[in-house]
Amino acid sequence: MSEDIVNVVGVGMKYQSPNGEINAVEDVTFSVKRGEFVSLVGPSGCGKSTLLSIISGLLKPSRGKVLIDNEEVVKTSDKVGYMLQKDYLFDWRTIYQNVILGLEIRKMLTPEKKAYVLNLLKTYGLYDFKDKYPRQLSGGMRQRAALIRTLAAGPEILLLDEAFSALDYQTRLAVTEDIYRIIKNENKTAIMVTHDISESISMSDRVIVLSKRPARVNSIHEIRFDCPVRTPLKCREDPNFRRYFNTIWKELEVHVEA
Amino acid sequence: MSKLEPNLSPERRAYLKKVKLVNTATWVVRISILVLFFTIWEIAANLKLIDSFITSQPSRMVRTLVNLYNSGDLFRHIGVTCLETVAGFIIGTILGTLIAVMLWWSKFVSHALEPYLVVLNSLPKVALGPIFIIWIGAGPAAIIVMALAISLIVTILEVLNGFLRTDEDQIKLVETFGANRLQVFTKVVFPSNIPAMINALKVNVGLSWVGVITGEFLVSKAGLGYLIVYGGQVFQLDLVMTSVIILAIAAALMYQGVVWLQKRLTGGQAT
Repeated sequence: MSEDIVNVVGVGMKYQSPNGEINAVEDVTFSVKRGEFVSLVGPSGCGKSTLLSIISGLLKPSRGKVLIDNEEVVKTSDKVGYMLQKDYLFDWRTIYQNVILGLEIRKMLTPEKKAYVLNLLKTYGLYDFKDKYPRQLSGGMRQRAALIRTLAAGPEILLLDEAFSALDYQTRLAVTEDIYRIIKNENKTAIMVTHDISESISMSDRVIVLSKRPARVNSIHEIRFDCPVRTPLKCREDPNFRRYFNTIWKELEVHVEA
Repeated sequence: MSKLEPNLSPERRAYLKKVKLVNTATWVVRISILVLFFTIWEIAANLKLIDSFITSQPSRMVRTLVNLYNSGDLFRHIGVTCLETVAGFIIGTILGTLIAVMLWWSKFVSHALEPYLVVLNSLPKVALGPIFIIWIGAGPAAIIVMALAISLIVTILEVLNGFLRTDEDQIKLVETFGANRLQVFTKVVFPSNIPAMINALKVNVGLSWVGVITGEFLVSKAGLGYLIVYGGQVFQLDLVMTSVIILAIAAALMYQGVVWLQKRLTGGQAT
């Protein structure tokens, strides 16, 4: 257990509003090992994103707690990087200015950090575009810029909230490949929320299937492929891929009917 | 590169030619309307088809303009009005934006004050004119306050609406980096609303003119509004018409100034 970087312990979340109470998450417990890629899959609106917000410290859970490196999460920390559904690069900032946004807000804009960011831009082919504005970049490049913005502050854990869902299918496959490579390259731990079963299998070491709202852990699947160099696209060609897909798909289906 | 752009396809060339033609035609029509309007006015007045005592006529307006210029009053009147308008405009914009920021900051305060804003917004501000004159005295200060009264509430509502419509996810993004309320404002809400604020400026220029002229109608001793009211009282339609034309030109120029500002400020981005 010592190599666990994230522990989600008995987390529950009830939203309060004038119209009533929404029970979004109920008693969710799981842990993630350092360097692991874990996906949370579940039907739309099941409270997956809420769970991510709680792990990041944006939301306080009604019950339970989240531990990162054995410390309870009470607010956002620079150990955690969050990737949203769209890239949300700001039109009024150049790519470089966008990428350093997090450092700027955290007042960590040191020369070393700047050099690190420039290095990331170079490594991932965006250096020549650093003075361009986001609208001058393709969807894939924008997503890469968004990831570098997240990586700039040096987080150990990345939270991906349907991070590719705004892209068209072709771009999505390419970007998935791209982002997966970068995450593995930088040795980050990742927790991804998605409703796309194929995407979760192709990228993850483990897939956690959540029930419909209120979200509970339904089952956890270890994903193993035999290919020597693992990439999301290669995984999709693996004979085991279908097997995993069917198992998870059936589980989700049962819960949609229920 | 040659002026003819030899690589252009014939279709492209035909298209460009058509665009140019439409452009030229537009300008011809625009200028003709102006010229025709004043020519017909002048001729009709000369032929006594209309009574130039009541309608004035272009040649008499030019004479009035020259007289005003020779007496040295022309630029004094224009200056006073423009200064009052610019002052009302700038104060209204800055104050309105500041109040909008405060209202954005605290949901509770903005919710609590909402009915007051609604009432103030629907109240015809001209009705407050006499109060301002008594409180502030008949002078430029009262006129500027009148301009403020007319533009301020609209600015607040307009800018606040922009602030409140800021993309929730853009805010969430900076919050994931641990941004506090001030940083949310300076990094997202303010920069993303520059286009909305400039639109508020455009509305504001027009409203400031309304406020200033109304104010000058009520109190002033100088300015274009004063000339119009004075001309009307002594039945000098030449003076009234001349002042209206000058006013139209000044207002148009100031509006163009804001458009220019908009281009400068949003040059790097699509709006």
